[in-house]
Amino acid sequence: MEVTININGEPVTREIEPALLLVHFIRDTPGLTGTHWGCDTSNCGACVVQMDGLPVKSCTVLAAMAEGHEIRTIEALSIDGVLDPVQQGFHEEHGLQCGFCTPGMIMTARALLDANPDPTEDEIRTAISGAICRCTGYSNIVRAVRWAAEHEAAQPRRS
Amino acid sequence: MATTTAASPETPIGYGRMKRKEDARFIRGQGKYLDDIVLPGMLHGAVLRSPYAHAKIVSIETSAALAHPKVLRVITAKDLETLGLAWMPTISYDSQAVLAGDKVRFQGQEVAFVIAEDRYSARDALELIEVEYEPLPAVVNARKALEADAPLIRDDKDGQTDNLASPLWEAGDAEEADQVFAEADIVVEREMIYPRCHPAPLETCGMIADMNPETGQLDLYNGNQAPNAHRTVYAQVAGLPEHMIRIMTNDIGGGFGNKVPVYPGYVCAIVGSIVTGKPVKWVEDRSENLMSTGFARDYVMHGRICAKHGRITGVRVDVIADHGAFDSTAQPSKFPAGFFHIFTGSYDLEAAHCSVKAVYTNKAPGGVAYRCSFRVTEAIYLVERLVGELALKMEVDGAELRMNSFIRPEQFPYENKTGWTYDSGDYEKTMREAMRIAGYDELRREQAEKRERGELMGIGVAFFTEVVGAGPRRHMDILGLGMADGADLRVHDDGRAVLSISAQTQGQAHETTFAQIVAEELGISPDKIEVRHGDTDRTPFGLGTYGSRSTPVSGASAAVAARRARDKARLIAAGMLETSPEDLAWEKGRWYVKGDPEKAATIDEIAAAAYGEAPLPEGLEGGLEGQSVYDPPNLTYPCGAYICVVDVDPGTAEVEVRRFIAVDDCGVRINPMIVDGQIMGGLAEGVGIALMEVITFDEQGNCLNGSMMDYLIPTALECPDWELGATVTPCPHHPIGAKGVGESATNGSPPAIVNAVCDALYRSHGVAHIDMPLNPARVWAAMQGRAEPPQ
Ligand code: FES
Ligand code: FES
Repeated sequence: MEVTININGEPVTREIEPALLLVHFIRDTPGLTGTHWGCDTSNCGACVVQMDGLPVKSCTVLAAMAEGHEIRTIEALSIDGVLDPVQQGFHEEHGLQCGFCTPGMIMTARALLDANPDPTEDEIRTAISGAICRCTGYSNIVRAVRWAAEHEAAQPRRS
Repeated sequence: MATTTAASPETPIGYGRMKRKEDARFIRGQGKYLDDIVLPGMLHGAVLRSPYAHAKIVSIETSAALAHPKVLRVITAKDLETLGLAWMPTISYDSQAVLAGDKVRFQGQEVAFVIAEDRYSARDALELIEVEYEPLPAVVNARKALEADAPLIRDDKDGQTDNLASPLWEAGDAEEADQVFAEADIVVEREMIYPRCHPAPLETCGMIADMNPETGQLDLYNGNQAPNAHRTVYAQVAGLPEHMIRIMTNDIGGGFGNKVPVYPGYVCAIVGSIVTGKPVKWVEDRSENLMSTGFARDYVMHGRICAKHGRITGVRVDVIADHGAFDSTAQPSKFPAGFFHIFTGSYDLEAAHCSVKAVYTNKAPGGVAYRCSFRVTEAIYLVERLVGELALKMEVDGAELRMNSFIRPEQFPYENKTGWTYDSGDYEKTMREAMRIAGYDELRREQAEKRERGELMGIGVAFFTEVVGAGPRRHMDILGLGMADGADLRVHDDGRAVLSISAQTQGQAHETTFAQIVAEELGISPDKIEVRHGDTDRTPFGLGTYGSRSTPVSGASAAVAARRARDKARLIAAGMLETSPEDLAWEKGRWYVKGDPEKAATIDEIAAAAYGEAPLPEGLEGGLEGQSVYDPPNLTYPCGAYICVVDVDPGTAEVEVRRFIAVDDCGVRINPMIVDGQIMGGLAEGVGIALMEVITFDEQGNCLNGSMMDYLIPTALECPDWELGATVTPCPHHPIGAKGVGESATNGSPPAIVNAVCDALYRSHGVAHIDMPLNPARVWAAMQGRAEPPQ
């Protein structure tokens, strides 16, 4: 079957097997390998992208189901080379080590801040609890998201 | 680009908090992990695995799979036999089947390898292979594997008549221990198991093999922790010339010991590329990772500890090590139980003894060190759990008992009862710092009040001394390879430098830390130093990153190489300043004339001169380089004091880690931000091991934790906000005084957590020990007096 999915503002069309997962579609077809894969059971969150503005685990969505939806991945987060405050926050607060969970974490955190610009530590922990980081022990990820919230409040950049 | 800020102004270049150079690519999704790599014409492999833990293979029928329109080849043990590759050596000089031919020995064992045009077709075709098995009785319990009527697992090995994997191994003095125990005031004896768990890095294992049939060049893309050592192993196993093999790791999504061994899937990908003449990619799925690749621990330990006059005087232990079906324990060859004989801990004992037996069972092979230096984690858990229980039974405070028994600062270098020479430490200072941060006395008061109200609050203490940075050539090797690490440094004529190292980051930030080491030694800004790693064609030989050995060995090598470049810079500067080298003094970034500090040559100027046209002093060659192959004179001994506060829900038996205080002494800290990051990650893994991570099996050998649904890994909700502190006792023999830190936290945290839970439950419920993981079901059973081992 043929599907067209809008990824980062570009329509991507491809002939697919019905079983193809969205995560593989994103990684294989436009070659956007910033979205990762880490488990068979929807537990790890390495694959999180935004679908119509909400975070989804792209390993749990069939590519066929994403037809007609808008997908946004880590590659589209910086605008004109300027980092999103969440990306900058991960750098400032040492919120990553191996970097494998990082795109999923950042996309999850971005969706949280879009809905709740001033989250508490508990709210951040709950929001990222569907994603596993094996390296950082989470404290610095929480700080990274707080950094982003504080800098966004000081300097709103999104319309 | 993300701005990489140099260290704080008071230390212009060198050590200190500096944000990571490698972040720029990762926060943009531009990291390059194995599965991100696509080569032209690349094929995809998938592994067929055994559903049985123990069974004879009667026949393998592959014709239906081969008929699949997108399948090119199906490889079985028969094909491998013709190449002499049906079996491969393990890291412990045992043998392991690449693909099972005679029988399968654990559930998930590799049986066949399908090569297809795409990943989905390769996996679909696995279903088309028909294997006829004749099931055999399985044994998954280490003690039962030693019974006379246990099924023989390794009948492939000549002369093997039982399931012993290696001869009994001992350290310490048994007679001395008998005597010290006989004279003791109190003896505590405890059977405990450090259960099987799994490093489960977020990125699973995989390989792309690309054999060029014309040139014989074999390119391997493979995220492993020791690329140079892997290359030597492939060359030896496959009989290929080593220099014709190139391993490129690119970025690695975590390792934690899981990416130390060579796995059958890697060999299959190589064979696949040889037989098809095309690149072959194989990436395992999560179940394959959990069920078949290097597990950790699985130590059944019978421990005893004794005390006299309020001091700990002796520790002894008998261990049964469960290696699974093939002994691929990661450890230096000479040490069949790794560095387990550091179980004497941080205490000035009068006697110690251990014996270790190793057995085969019908479980996945491994025995890798999950964020651990060769069984140190098991040793520290044993001794700290014994001390925890001893304190409960003596009715003394655990911190006090430890401080009464510590090796004292003036005793270093200290030789323990099993032959290790501890380098340095001030244990009481480290312990007191943790107590200060915790507000220890206040916590004990709070606990007393809560007890009155029937609330179950526990305070757990653990103090560890690790032995890391393997290791001196005269004492150890892995598969005959000396455990040194190389460093090549070149300062270019524009004052920029490139450092090539054999250590292999999996998230530890070597690109930043190693640049800081060179920066500190040469006074070049870390921003101007590129660190190269993960490509055997572009890096020197060395044994890689595991066992917290990067900074102790490779970091030392980098410092020595930089000092050699600095020595050469001095000779060049002497020529430039028309004086003798002896008249020059160094300060970070320049050589100046003693007594006339204005007269100086900066490292930039010296670098330019090194490659310039002006004549150099007599006998001096051009260029500014330094090289080193560092053979450490001793191991390093980081230590730490951990205090954990837990609340146990009396109704559900759920354990909440409310606070966790970790004070680490890893010697000199190069980048405290990165050091703290390592510790926090290790603490989270320690929470996982203590509370939820376990690989178990049913009687038939079915793995019960083969997915992330059943192998639970802590999320942000199970982890507290870590409270960290530090003391700094430099390592006396390391060029920069550093000791290594990557694995400290996984050592100290499990015993601290279990001690805290027992501290909460001992008086109210009489619970003095519960085997990990302390999940609600197991804690509940213990509270009802029915504590059971997990296996
Ligand atoms: S890949 Fe693990 S949740 Fe999607
Ligand atoms: S940084 Fe490695 S998994 Fe999060």
